[in-house]
Amino acid sequence: MRLPNWLHKLASPPHFYRIAGRIEPWMLWSGLAAIAVGAFGGLLLAPPDYQQGDAYRIIYFHVPAAYLAMQLYALMAIGSAIGLVWRMKLAYAISAATAPVGLAFTGLALATGMLWGKPMWGAYWSWGDARLTSVLVMFFLYLGYMLLHASLEERSTADRAAGILAVVGVVNLPIIKFSVEWWSSLHQGPTISRLAAPAITWDMLWPLLVMIVGAVLFSLAVTLTRARAEVLLRERGARWVRDVVAVGA
Amino acid sequence: MSEFLAMGGYAAFVWPCVGLSFAILAGLLLTARRRLRGVHRRIRHLNVAPEEGAWELRA
Repeated sequence: MRLPNWLHKLASPPHFYRIAGRIEPWMLWSGLAAIAVGAFGGLLLAPPDYQQGDAYRIIYFHVPAAYLAMQLYALMAIGSAIGLVWRMKLAYAISAATAPVGLAFTGLALATGMLWGKPMWGAYWSWGDARLTSVLVMFFLYLGYMLLHASLEERSTADRAAGILAVVGVVNLPIIKFSVEWWSSLHQGPTISRLAAPAITWDMLWPLLVMIVGAVLFSLAVTLTRARAEVLLRERGARWVRDVVAVGA
Repeated sequence: MSEFLAMGGYAAFVWPCVGLSFAILAGLLLTARRRLRGVHRRIRHLNVAPEEGAWELRA
C-alpha cells in the first residue's frame, strides 16, 4: 500500500521542520493560556464536590495527564507502525520525540492519582487495582522504549526494535481504558467520556475540558520542538540542515 | 484566602498536585527548548570541524 502524495510531502524533513517551527509557538501559547484559565476555573470557580469536597480538584490535573499519557502512547505507536511498514524516517523521529513527553505525563498521572487516592481510598496505591497497575505498565513501556532506543548503536536498528515494542504495547491501551468496567476497581468509572450524560455538572466540567484542550496543545508543542531536534540530528549531513543551523532558524 | 488555601482540609493533597503538575510542564518545556538549542550548537560545531571525528555524534 502506497502513502498519499500530500503525506509524502508533509513527511519531507525540511518541510516538516519549517511547518512545525511555525505552528509550535501558536500551540504553546494557546495551550498555556488554556491551562491558566482551566486551572483558575478548577481551583477557584468550580464548586466543591458534595462527596469529595475540595479534594476532587485534583481531577483538573490528573485527568488531562492520564488522557495525554494514553493519547501520546497511541501517537508513538502509530508513528512506529508507519516507520515499520513504510520506512518513513520522520515517523520514527516523531515516535522518539513523543516518548519522553508521554513518560512525563504518565508519571504525572500516577503521582496525582496517588495524591487523590490517599484521601478518597485511604491508600496511595493498590496492586490489586487493574487501572493503576495497567497505567504503571504503560509507564514502563515508555521507559523501555526510551532505554531500548538509547542502548542500540545503529539508529535504524534502534528505531525498529523500539518501534516493535511500542506497537506490541498498544494492547495495553484498551486494558487501561476498560479496566474500570471489566474488573472491580477502586478507581471511579468514566466521568466525561459519556458524552450523552457526563457525570459532573457544567460548573465543574468546563474547566476540565479547557485544561484538557490546553494540555493537548502544550504537549503537541513540546513534542514538535523535540521532533524538530530529532529531525536535525537524523539529517545532520544534509545541506538544508547546515543552512538552517547557520541562520539559527 | 486562608479558606481557599486550606482546600477544605485537603491542602496537603491538592497543592502538591498543582505544584508537581506545573513543575513537570515547566521541565518539559525547558528540556525540549534546551535540546533543540543543543542540537543546533552541536551541528554548528560539526560543520566547523568535521575532520575531528565529530560525525560520531550520537543523539
